[in-house]
Amino acid sequence: MNKIWLIIQREYISRVKKKSFLVTTLLIPILMFGLIATMAYMAAKSEQKEAIAVIDESGVFINKMDTSSSSYTITYIADDTHENYTTLLEKNKCDILLHIYPFKNGLPDSVNIYKDGGVSLSAKEFISDDMNTIYQIKQMQDEGIDKEKIDSINNSSIRLKSFDLKNNQETSSEIATMIGYVTGFLIYLVILIYGMGVMRGVMEEKTNRIAEVIISSVRPFQLMMGKIVGIALVGLTQFLLWLILTGSLQFLLPLFIPELRQAMHPSSAAGMDAMSKVPTSELAGIFNSLSNQHWSLILSCFLFYFLGGYFLYAAMFAAVGSLVNEDQQEAQQMTIPITMPIILAFFIMTSAIKDPNSTLAIFGSMFPLTSPIVMMARIPYGVPAWQIATSMLLLVAGFVLMTWLSAKIYRTGILMYGKKASWKEVIKWMRYR
Amino acid sequence: MLDVQHLKKQYATQKAVDDISLTVKKGSIFGLLGPNGAGKSSLLRIITGITLPDAGTIRLHGEPFDLIKHSPLIGYMPEERGLYKKMKVGEQALYLGQLKGLSKIDTLRNIKYWFDKLDMQSWKNKKVEDLSKGMSQKLQFVITILHNPALLILDEPFSGLDPVNSAVIKDEIYALAQKGTTIIFSTHRMEQVEEICREIALVNKGKLILHGSVAAIKEDFKQNMFQLEVDQAIQGYEKNIIAQEGHHYTLRFENNEEATNLLSYCLAQQLKIKTYSEILPSLNDIFIRLVEGDNGGVRQFDSN
Repeated sequence: MNKIWLIIQREYISRVKKKSFLVTTLLIPILMFGLIATMAYMAAKSEQKEAIAVIDESGVFINKMDTSSSSYTITYIADDTHENYTTLLEKNKCDILLHIYPFKNGLPDSVNIYKDGGVSLSAKEFISDDMNTIYQIKQMQDEGIDKEKIDSINNSSIRLKSFDLKNNQETSSEIATMIGYVTGFLIYLVILIYGMGVMRGVMEEKTNRIAEVIISSVRPFQLMMGKIVGIALVGLTQFLLWLILTGSLQFLLPLFIPELRQAMHPSSAAGMDAMSKVPTSELAGIFNSLSNQHWSLILSCFLFYFLGGYFLYAAMFAAVGSLVNEDQQEAQQMTIPITMPIILAFFIMTSAIKDPNSTLAIFGSMFPLTSPIVMMARIPYGVPAWQIATSMLLLVAGFVLMTWLSAKIYRTGILMYGKKASWKEVIKWMRYR
Repeated sequence: MLDVQHLKKQYATQKAVDDISLTVKKGSIFGLLGPNGAGKSSLLRIITGITLPDAGTIRLHGEPFDLIKHSPLIGYMPEERGLYKKMKVGEQALYLGQLKGLSKIDTLRNIKYWFDKLDMQSWKNKKVEDLSKGMSQKLQFVITILHNPALLILDEPFSGLDPVNSAVIKDEIYALAQKGTTIIFSTHRMEQVEEICREIALVNKGKLILHGSVAAIKEDFKQNMFQLEVDQAIQGYEKNIIAQEGHHYTLRFENNEEATNLLSYCLAQQLKIKTYSEILPSLNDIFIRLVEGDNGGVRQFDSN
């Protein structure tokens, strides 16, 4: 036990001390945040309001246009002098000129927008949406509907609520989809990235011939498990650091770039106009439904499938690493039987998110090779307890069986130099006592 | 110290170790010989507990061998040398020493002792990949003996070493044996064996062909050959003379008595004897004879 601890320590420390670990741990959240920050910054920048000068010859729109927009201001001007549009804009310190010509037979005749360098799509959209609303209201008024009625029609909309019959709780399928997708994808990434890490570590020990030296001190199983556990700890450390870093960056960034403070505040951000239109009661509803999803269940399942999936596959990656002789291409070929079920699991997951109770999804969430990824997609929708229990039991059984078989392959493979082992031989190794 | 009985190990098609039994006494330097592919490394891997035998027993100090219990007693340097290339020399020695069950303090103390002794202090913070081949061989040797093993098993310890480092390691092997360490080493180079070992075993095609002390083996395989250098020609021994160069003769006799008779003849004739000595076969000769007699088909030993 003491020796396996030494191995875990070495695997952990030698990896954490590497420059590449520091770089990926620091860089990935910074890059992500840089991306988000530049996007938010751009949004904040473009928030500099554009001034629209309106010449309304129809008299329909004057003083009725939307002034609540955070992106545009409206100034009504009269075109008495018939000056050149450029001079008009300069004189009124405006960016965009909207010229509405008189109506002909009660219908708008022509409406033109002018801007130096062309009108942006969003400006065009804003103006056309606003004008349409005003024009529709005018038509309704013309038909004799009074203003109060129009307002009440405009503000009415149907809001759907979905319920889980069994728990009699309100659910949110959008949130469930998101949680399922993110957690499933994370586990998929972890298995691939850190599983490959285990394989490379084993290959390094084999090609450096250090394995033989170590195996004269410890059992091969100890060496294999030490490596797998050590790398698991590296993975957990990296995750933890990412969480801390993203968390602190979220608070720190707005301090450095003041424009961001506003942009990051959802209710005022330009890009999040849609959000701000959602009444607060609904936002609260979404968060309520989050806690209704049994946060603790999701988290503990995530941790279980994260570790279970990693350990199951890491043992197989270690076995493959022990079979390879220095040849990278050979390694790639040999990993195909392992990467196939991982990719398959990913596809089942994407379909399970859409239909969490289909036969395929249920099978995928039970079968140990796919369950770590697929089950995470189903859990936020609520899965019967017996299914979770069966899936977990099967995963543990699968992990024990795979580790046992892999250790047998590993034990022989790590000392086989030169010759490429055929699958037939490998199967024979599994039967050695 | 080490007692091995009826060891057998079979790989896919060939018998790597075929019913080998041998004993090694405490404090002896034991040479395991054989051509390439004879099964030396397989045998050593079984003795170190790296691979399990198909049949047979290994006893160490009279107890059945157990990897975890006996691993601290054994120092093993495999033929394929191996170290972590990216790890620093000092850290690597510390790690591998601790894996052998040594405490951190003891390991550090032993590292200091050996690194001082073999003039390696300046390497400590270098990475193994920055060392030359000879340097990493030396490091590998130090790591092997770091935990003061009672049984030191060296697979081809001199391959790839220059004469200077070879001599350094040879001296250390002697010194360790004097302190009571039992040393087993394998080689396919006979002159090293003759120089270093007191006891040997010859393995070919997985079988033990010969086992015993060097002197006894030479005695067994001697052909009663003598060389004589005198000041005049000798007469009456024509049938015994194999080669002659002036008054320098090489002779072969049926037995030792005839050889003694020649001496009395020389004295009776009042010949002046410059040298008269028995020619013992070199191990090289013995092995070539044995191995080629064994249905041939194996590679020759390197004679350099």
